[in-house]
Amino acid sequence: MSLRSPLNSDHQLARLLQIGVVLEEVVEARAAKHAAEREELDREVRAFLEEAAEESAEHRKRLESLIEELDADTIAFDQIQRLVEEQYEAGSEFDGVLYDQLCNEETAYKFYDDLIEAIEGSEVAFGIDRERLLSELRAIRREEEAGVEAVTALMENGE
Amino acid sequence: MNTANQYLKAIYLVQEMEDGPASTGAIAEMLDVSPASANEMVGKLEEQQLCRHEKYEGVELTDEGIGRARDAIQNYCIIERFLIEVLKVEEFREEAKQLEPVIDETVAERLDTIIDREPQCPDCFSAEDDVCSLLVPELDAAD
Repeated sequence: MSLRSPLNSDHQLARLLQIGVVLEEVVEARAAKHAAEREELDREVRAFLEEAAEESAEHRKRLESLIEELDADTIAFDQIQRLVEEQYEAGSEFDGVLYDQLCNEETAYKFYDDLIEAIEGSEVAFGIDRERLLSELRAIRREEEAGVEAVTALMENGE
Repeated sequence: MNTANQYLKAIYLVQEMEDGPASTGAIAEMLDVSPASANEMVGKLEEQQLCRHEKYEGVELTDEGIGRARDAIQNYCIIERFLIEVLKVEEFREEAKQLEPVIDETVAERLDTIIDREPQCPDCFSAEDDVCSLLVPELDAAD
């Protein structure tokens, strides 16, 4: 166990970006699965989930491009999709599709927020331009924040 | 995970290994910090009634401290299992330690949706092996 700074190498940065990719893949797979399998969903919720899955796929590609610049590997979507599928029934503790989606968006927001803070607090020169890295991550964080607001509004409308 | 929770987790694990109160020296060693830093943080945790510190005896967690420590061990276990099962990382202990401060419990909860973790977690966590004891035979076989 250690209290050292978590971010002092390209390897550690790449690992955190890989975790970001996996989180996006989990969102993408779960949102797509909800949209495809829940017949009871109304059109607005279904459209929102499809959009959320598309947005996650796009975030994943942006993260993958950063990982590539660090000369590291990404995590294949089909591997995560299979794990989501395997654990989906047994592991789902969340009530309702929208609540699940809210957790997804909030978790992603929190992850990017912590990652940005860790990068800002690190003095290491990464093998990728720091400003490009931060501006990309801040842009993704803004979109996650907008996602939280959108799903909250949908939940309020449904009440 | 914040620093206080990392300390609570270390105290819990040292108490388990020593089968009694944890010495501040052992806590400092586990966290790779100076004994003075460990003493200072133990004082802060004591003020929050998360532990009791008796000079010459050691540190013991209160019930609230135990609850928080167990949550922290669960989070750590999720990170380790995620590294082993999903990312296939061989140096998972070292990397889990590095990731621990930056992986929040809400993030760990999401990662938990794609890993295999037993309901008795964190009781199956082995302080000596620094990994879930249920994974030890598998890891030994892979070596």
